[in-house]
Amino acid sequence: MRMMTFAKRCAKEILRDPINLGFGLGFPLVLLMLLSAIQASIPVSLFEINTLTPGITVFGLSFMTLFSATLVAKDRESLLLQRLYTTPLTSLDFILGYMLPLLPIALGQTVICYLVAIPLGLELSVNIIYAVIGIVPMAIFNIALGLLCGSLLGVKQVGGICGALLTNLSAWLSGVWFDLKLVGGFFEKIASLLPFFHAVEMEKALFSGDFSLAVKHIMPVLTYSTVVVLLAVLCFLRQMKKQ
Amino acid sequence: MLAIKTTELIKQYKNLTAVDKLDLEIQRGELFSLLGVNGAGKTTTIKMLSCLTKPTGGDALVGGYSITKESEKIKRLISVSPQETAVAPNLSVKENLELICGIHGFSKEKTSAKIQEMSVQFALADVLNRKAGKLSGGYGRRLSIAMALISEPEILFLDEPTLGLDVIARGELWETIRSMKGNVTIILTTHYMKEAEALSDRIGIMKNGRLLAVGTVEELKAKASTNDFETAFVSIVKESVV
Repeated sequence: MRMMTFAKRCAKEILRDPINLGFGLGFPLVLLMLLSAIQASIPVSLFEINTLTPGITVFGLSFMTLFSATLVAKDRESLLLQRLYTTPLTSLDFILGYMLPLLPIALGQTVICYLVAIPLGLELSVNIIYAVIGIVPMAIFNIALGLLCGSLLGVKQVGGICGALLTNLSAWLSGVWFDLKLVGGFFEKIASLLPFFHAVEMEKALFSGDFSLAVKHIMPVLTYSTVVVLLAVLCFLRQMKKQ
Repeated sequence: MLAIKTTELIKQYKNLTAVDKLDLEIQRGELFSLLGVNGAGKTTTIKMLSCLTKPTGGDALVGGYSITKESEKIKRLISVSPQETAVAPNLSVKENLELICGIHGFSKEKTSAKIQEMSVQFALADVLNRKAGKLSGGYGRRLSIAMALISEPEILFLDEPTLGLDVIARGELWETIRSMKGNVTIILTTHYMKEAEALSDRIGIMKNGRLLAVGTVEELKAKASTNDFETAFVSIVKESVV
């Protein structure tokens, strides 16, 4: 119950921030519509809605990192966390309280992206449900990465690292906008070592119904998610002790 | 009956001894102020007593429980109002109070009753539905202390509660703190001599992590052979060889 009280507070804090809503929900939708409009005007198949939408949903998750990191960093800097550390809340309450509310927000963002993509020409199929469910491990990765960054960095640093660097990493190294094979070489190798590319490929595979390909790509995502969750918990506990 | 008893309490950070063998006794219901210049060890002492940081030596009993071994039990007895306002900015005043009630496991009925009580005691009724992040400094501090008090603590730590407030807001907050006296043990840190003088039952003066003197305002003035408390404080701090 205590954890749920704290989790509700975290959800309210995020959802009542108009900048959060504007960027987290609005920006992926604007991209989806803009790139679809571009696709309609060019003769080559570059931003096909059926491959673009799964990629945009993965890109949208990078805002979950920004939300969770900003919230934790703000709570640390405003001393709200210090106040709450003197209450009966346990370290597990804090970690779950920060992470759990972002999961439905991430899923909601994904569902909205798919719903908006339908009138833009997205093929309506039961695979959308699998793609929405399949995004959970990558959502956990992004949320935990936010907890990790928020535990280590200040609010301004979080804005730079999670807001600018991570969203760009997620955008360029995921293959959302272009086929990474077109660049090839070192760039493609780096991209294949990070989870963003695998998450996008997994989402595309789930949406197209190629489940064996999805399984192949889910392993690196699960590995990254597990490692980042463990690191986030360790770093959060460390900053808790440092108080 | 003692609310707090410290025994040779030490906090060491690498080469810095923030608190050095602190021996202190605070009675139940007492308003005890810790005074000292910057870096005296006041906030570190509060952090140790409120189980935010572990001591590197010695121990303290808070409400009869050891800060080194029984921090979970202590957390049910205490509340802290930190130096900053420390509220959830996008939540309303009422929701901030509900948050603390929820964390302490209060029922819906008790939560409503406590919010009503706090809004009267801290004159928050007019701003209950306003976002905490939009409050003025005075209202923000009142909310911060109300959040600390709503959990019905036996021991309340107020870390520089009037820092940055204007004269009128500070005076109003003094009245609020005075109204709490006797019902709860209050440990207050401050830089304002007048605040300590106006509110405290007893005062401890710290410098470089050590407790230089403890007593009532009158006792400290007598110790420094002066009628002015600020002069007494300066004299005690300057004449110490710590």
